[in-house]
Amino acid sequence: MADLTPLSAAKQRSLLDTGEVTSVELTQAHLDRITAVDDRVGAFLKVTGERALAQAAAIDKRRAAGESLGPLAGLPVAVKDVLCDEGEIVTCASRMLEHFRAPYDATVIAKLKAADAVLIGRTNMDEFAMGGSTENSAFQPTHNPWDLARSPGGSSGGSAAAVAACEAPLAIGTDTGGSIRQPAALCGVVGMKPTYGRVSRYGLVAFASSLDQVGPFARTVEDVALLYDAIAGHCDRDSTSANLEAKPTAPVVNEPLKGLRVGVVPEHYAEGLDPEVKAAIDAGVERYRDLGAEIVEVHLPHAAHGIATYYVIAPSEASSNLARYDGVHYGHRTDETAMHAELAAERKAAAETGDKAAIKKIDTALVRLYRKSRTEGFGPEVQRRIMLGVYALSEGYADAYYVKALQVRRLIRQDYDQAFEKVDVILGPTTPAPAFKLGELTDDPLSMYLLDLYTVSANLAGLPAISVPCGMSKSGLPIGLQLMAPPLEEERLLRAARMHEDAFGTAPLATL
Amino acid sequence: MAISRAEVERVALLARLDLDDAQLEALTPQLAEIVAYVDSLAAVDTAGVEPMAHAVELHNVLRADEVRPGLSHEAALANAPRKDSVGFKVPAVLDG
Repeated sequence: MADLTPLSAAKQRSLLDTGEVTSVELTQAHLDRITAVDDRVGAFLKVTGERALAQAAAIDKRRAAGESLGPLAGLPVAVKDVLCDEGEIVTCASRMLEHFRAPYDATVIAKLKAADAVLIGRTNMDEFAMGGSTENSAFQPTHNPWDLARSPGGSSGGSAAAVAACEAPLAIGTDTGGSIRQPAALCGVVGMKPTYGRVSRYGLVAFASSLDQVGPFARTVEDVALLYDAIAGHCDRDSTSANLEAKPTAPVVNEPLKGLRVGVVPEHYAEGLDPEVKAAIDAGVERYRDLGAEIVEVHLPHAAHGIATYYVIAPSEASSNLARYDGVHYGHRTDETAMHAELAAERKAAAETGDKAAIKKIDTALVRLYRKSRTEGFGPEVQRRIMLGVYALSEGYADAYYVKALQVRRLIRQDYDQAFEKVDVILGPTTPAPAFKLGELTDDPLSMYLLDLYTVSANLAGLPAISVPCGMSKSGLPIGLQLMAPPLEEERLLRAARMHEDAFGTAPLATL
Repeated sequence: MAISRAEVERVALLARLDLDDAQLEALTPQLAEIVAYVDSLAAVDTAGVEPMAHAVELHNVLRADEVRPGLSHEAALANAPRKDSVGFKVPAVLDG
């Protein structure tokens, strides 16, 4: 049989439906592909092959019995290692949670299981989803399938790379400031961040709760629609979930939009935009013009403040969310015997000097337990973000940083509200440049943060946004085009993205 | 605003992190650079702008006050690094 793994999920599903292929064969083909390439790509933290084959066999049995099956029946789905899957280890690519076993299913996982998806494995990520390169994983880097010396982007780099390398047709990621769209762009696949509130966050390990959103990756827009439909919808266990019907998008995704107004933003052509990316985006604009869309210039005057706003709000929320890792309830705990010995030695030394202030400054055993457990369990980027957040929220600074950032956040949202009075979607680059080399930016956090320029605003404003392939650089690296739509307009976003895909095609497949 | 090493040490205590000299040395200039960058927000005119803490400004999502199944005692303790049959164990908080 011809290789199944490069086929779209929709095509794989039709082969399953006609009985040309069984779910077990399809799952095995992907497991074989993982065996063949993942020692080079490093997309997976854990491959759950045995369980996947058992799920696939059960689906084949039900299919043979003529039972009605879910929309993802028999399709392999890779999941970022940040969503709770009952009884399985959920690491968030952190030493802190290296041995943490999820006590319940995230709503997204429950929905995937209900849709009869085959959960093939857990993908690598930046630790606690903090980063844009997947190099902040405590366990391994992930390599870009287009150039193994380069980063796949992040934080959902494992999911993007798994789809780009045909290790799975579908994958789940999360996007707090671009963590689905940026790796999708750098790996030449499609990735969508839904509207904030569209997909339940229940069972998602929290990074920045007002920004985090779960979303789909695939190699085609239609497949993204299929996966999005399976995970979207109201959830009464997430109080920020939109209590609205999420209408299925897959049945209409191939219908072009008539009279589409596409907004282009001069502020997107900022300093630092790679000329090849600019040319590819300009070509994308022309594709829409050729399709009969009206191209309208709109302004987002506060766009330039997006990164500063984001890097106050996201770390502030992270510092609060990650306070739960205390070495007591779950997660890593320092060696207590060594800790008590260390404290005793400090007390003895201080007592010998007779310095009362120094004695008073020594931590209590409980505080030292927290401090040592957290410092041992968290990697450098997570510590950096916690420190930034605690600083921004600390007495004397909260108004200047946190409250100020929340005010600018509203101005950013108002810019979008005004722009969307004139246009249906906004088009621009997903990233300022194609994939960077692994290790290139690890010692320069601010430069790494600045790469999020085009993606953070959608999170701050809560908008749906998608990245689709729109070209290749001369050195053979994919370039992504981002579309944004008003809140809850995923259907419009996907149909507009599908129009581009129809004109441009999907990205070619990476050779590995 | 410049951020000093002493300030980084103070924040580390608040953050319940235990940073050694090398970590403090590395973090101080990095945080200073990032904080200097986010200081650019001070130039934005936000007079009269209501802070926006959330993209969806929902409030008071309520449900019927009914008992639902929750995590069992055993499941809640299952991942605890130190526990006994009733709860999480921590070092003594009070002396003697």
